[in-house]
Amino acid sequence: MPEITLHVNGLEHRLDVPDRMLLTDALRQRLGLTGTHVGCEHGVCGACTILLDDQPVRACLTLAVQADGHRIRTVESVAPSEEELHPVQQAMRDCHGLQCGFCTPGIVMSLLALHEQEEPPGPEEIDETLSGHLCRCTGYRNITEAAHRALGCAGHAGPADAAGHEHEGAGR
Amino acid sequence: MSAEAFADQGLIGTSVLRKEDDALLRGRGRFLADLVIPDSLEAAFVRSPHAHAKVTRIDLEAARALPGVVAAYTWDDIRDTVSELFLEAEMRIPEQVKEAIRPLSRLQPVPLLADGLVTCVGQAVVMIIAVDRYVAEDAIELVEVGYEPLPPLVDPLAALDADAPIVVPGTDDNLAISVEGRSGDIETALAEAAYVVTERYRSHRYVASPMETRGVAVMLDPRDGGLTVFASTQTPHRLREVIAGTLRLDSGRVRVTAPDIGGGFGQKGVQYVEDVLLPYAAHRLGRSVRWVEDRTENLTSSSHAREQVHDITLAADAEGRLLALRDDVVINLGNANLTGLVVPYNTLTHVIGPYVIPVLDLRVRGVLTTTMMTTPYRGAGRPEAVFAMERAMDRLARAMGIEPHELRARNLVRPEKMPHRTGLMYRDGTMQTYDSGDFPELLRRLVGHLKIDEVRARQRGGGTAPGKRLGVGLAMYIEGTGLGPFESGSVTVLPNGRVRVATGASSQGQAHQTVFAQVAADAIGVPLDRIDLIEGDTAAIGHGVGTIASRSMVTAGNAIHLAGLAVRERLLADAAEALGTAPEDLEIVDGVVRPADKPEAGIDVAALAARRAPLLVPGTSTGPGAMISETTFFKPPTVTVASAAHGAVVEVDERTGKVEILSYAVVHDCGRVVNPMVADGQVTGGVMQGIGGALYEEMEYGPDGQPRSVTYMDYLVPTAAEAPPYVLDHIETRSALNPLGVKGLGEGGAIAPPAALANAVEDALGPDRVHITRGPLTPSRVKDLIRGASSGASPDER
Repeated sequence: MPEITLHVNGLEHRLDVPDRMLLTDALRQRLGLTGTHVGCEHGVCGACTILLDDQPVRACLTLAVQADGHRIRTVESVAPSEEELHPVQQAMRDCHGLQCGFCTPGIVMSLLALHEQEEPPGPEEIDETLSGHLCRCTGYRNITEAAHRALGCAGHAGPADAAGHEHEGAGR
Repeated sequence: MSAEAFADQGLIGTSVLRKEDDALLRGRGRFLADLVIPDSLEAAFVRSPHAHAKVTRIDLEAARALPGVVAAYTWDDIRDTVSELFLEAEMRIPEQVKEAIRPLSRLQPVPLLADGLVTCVGQAVVMIIAVDRYVAEDAIELVEVGYEPLPPLVDPLAALDADAPIVVPGTDDNLAISVEGRSGDIETALAEAAYVVTERYRSHRYVASPMETRGVAVMLDPRDGGLTVFASTQTPHRLREVIAGTLRLDSGRVRVTAPDIGGGFGQKGVQYVEDVLLPYAAHRLGRSVRWVEDRTENLTSSSHAREQVHDITLAADAEGRLLALRDDVVINLGNANLTGLVVPYNTLTHVIGPYVIPVLDLRVRGVLTTTMMTTPYRGAGRPEAVFAMERAMDRLARAMGIEPHELRARNLVRPEKMPHRTGLMYRDGTMQTYDSGDFPELLRRLVGHLKIDEVRARQRGGGTAPGKRLGVGLAMYIEGTGLGPFESGSVTVLPNGRVRVATGASSQGQAHQTVFAQVAADAIGVPLDRIDLIEGDTAAIGHGVGTIASRSMVTAGNAIHLAGLAVRERLLADAAEALGTAPEDLEIVDGVVRPADKPEAGIDVAALAARRAPLLVPGTSTGPGAMISETTFFKPPTVTVASAAHGAVVEVDERTGKVEILSYAVVHDCGRVVNPMVADGQVTGGVMQGIGGALYEEMEYGPDGQPRSVTYMDYLVPTAAEAPPYVLDHIETRSALNPLGVKGLGEGGAIAPPAALANAVEDALGPDRVHITRGPLTPSRVKDLIRGASSGASPDER
């Protein structure tokens, strides 16, 4: 069984893993980082998205051995403190961008990568990124709103603040 | 905004941010697969590759010999100690319905593993228990099963043929359900009508597809062998009864807990063979065991929905007033009738919609086929009914040469005529009654949002790009919400001043922690952040139903409201005693009970609860009533009717067949709204599922009975790129059937989009040219419609 070294959320872990073990299983079952969710195991839904050397990657399509020696960040590392959320997380909360919350960690990680890139993303890049994530609860509108808000693109109406309020806006 | 800021004016009606979000955003949600259970084994299933076959032989020798495999079971290994799966709560029919309607609903207990026969692809044949899922799947490869294929049966109409293959051995036919509803003389009404349209509409099969698949994890209590079952379920109390009944255990020794649930939409509201096989394995092996469904299993082996064929006839007089509706419906139940009348009867009682129709002749039959079973999914029989009815309404309007919205306007139940009786009996045994609503206002606003006059002007003026066609369509519905028979709510003030609320209705993303806290906080008079909700745990409250059927705020919300009011009375009485004043002179503000004229003399509810805590204070009672705690069961008299109007403006590219939604509008009425932000989120999410069903999603079977959409590469759940520009508008007609005045809203958004979008696309392509009879309106199907139109051929029906 190969021994690998994973640098996860700033900590170094040495693991013996079977060749075929998926990175999702290594993170979730060996390291207890269950915030990375498994929605389809065929790379479509995006719930398992992590950052591998700062780039978003589907952990369900990655073998643990492929991540040997690499830096990994998962959703557990995103908030700066117990009191504070990251702006991406805060925008998701403020905009009601999650319901069941199962797909949310993957979306947070993809948006985090956009948040950190040197060139701020344009609206199209944001929308393109979001289209790589499936959410069955929200209908996406509020996620798009949260993403644009967190990443500095203005111009979407927030959630209604009172019953009977009508709100209009483009979903993309 | 802090909870305290709202306390004076009340929290109900405000968009309090969700209490759930912080943990979920930090990756601290605890979904089924996240639970850490030491030394837990894992299950995997050998599933049928055939739609219909005899199982002639099962060889488990090699699988059992594989290192790491702990057990492997066939039906013959377990049949003597378990019962077949039977969902008693779903199959129960009220006596009034039995007497008045005499419905057929053939009972069909289902073996937990194949009993010498498989009747759909994906059916569980063998259960493997191993040290982990990797090994369990290795073992699956080593199992040899001999199959002798039998003829598949996919089409629901063919299932009624005299020579159709029989799905359940020992029965004469595949008719599992038949129910009828009649009012007035249909033949006379049809003979007297000026306009009659008769059409066949098919609602295609699509699925709930929650992002978290199903799963079960079972721990054994080493002290007494009791089972603690964690399940990704919408109905923990029902699951407890099903597990206990099937495994022949005392239900007191089964505790079911629903952890965080990653969406359900109905699919997790029914109980499956795996839900009882895992507890069986844990019980038999004396070990913890878990099973987490994979996505292909979810798409093939968790329930499907929606597949119906409607032969509908709509008749109107010369002025366009509806005279009669006839609908003969065949539902494809798949290979099992586990949920009885739920979907068929919903279809029967919702095809009428918001209209006055004096004469009704309705029949719904459910047939068995060799496909995965269909069970309630968000809307549960209503989207299918609305698709047929609202398509027929458009055809009728075209026949008369009037605008579709004008035909609807002439036939809506007027608000002053509420409560309105349809003449049918509802599934709960009461006469179906629309308690409240303002349907004309829904329509009036929708027509405004869609700017129909502008669309017509652009259509006439050729204001679209070459090869593109513009269309507008709408659909209306009513929905009986807040289904009984009851839900539980328990409210307890703890000596530390925190308020513990428990209910049987668990959340799958509906923000119960927040919205039920709003209800409880208002009822008692304490700040929101003092409330702790415990839900989805049969140990926290003895009885409950669950979160299905757009019912939680109506049933659990009112139970919590009433329990909260009772607790408030208790607090007032205790404070009155302590302060030597009358309860009427007291108020509860921000968790302090105080004389209205002397607020500084108030007592915190914590002190009042501590005062009653047995043994803490000399002289306090230790008998009944020692705690400030009240439990209430709310039994709604019948469902309360929510309603909405949906519409879309679309552009269809005739070269590619692509449908683009230029705007989608909803005018919605769910009575009093507890949290507008959450309510809007529920409706909007439902709309997107409806759009998915209308344009992209189909769980298709080939004629050989093989499912064709078994991954997300083939089953197309819409993404953010498909979310259209959108308007959501509310009106609020409060329900008089419950103290909070609320109506259910979980399902509504998903009900109308398939009809509204089909109407819009047909309007774009030209109703004289094409006739849309089924979805989804994928580019290839739209191209087929256009080709059929230009060649003069009748539109294909498959």
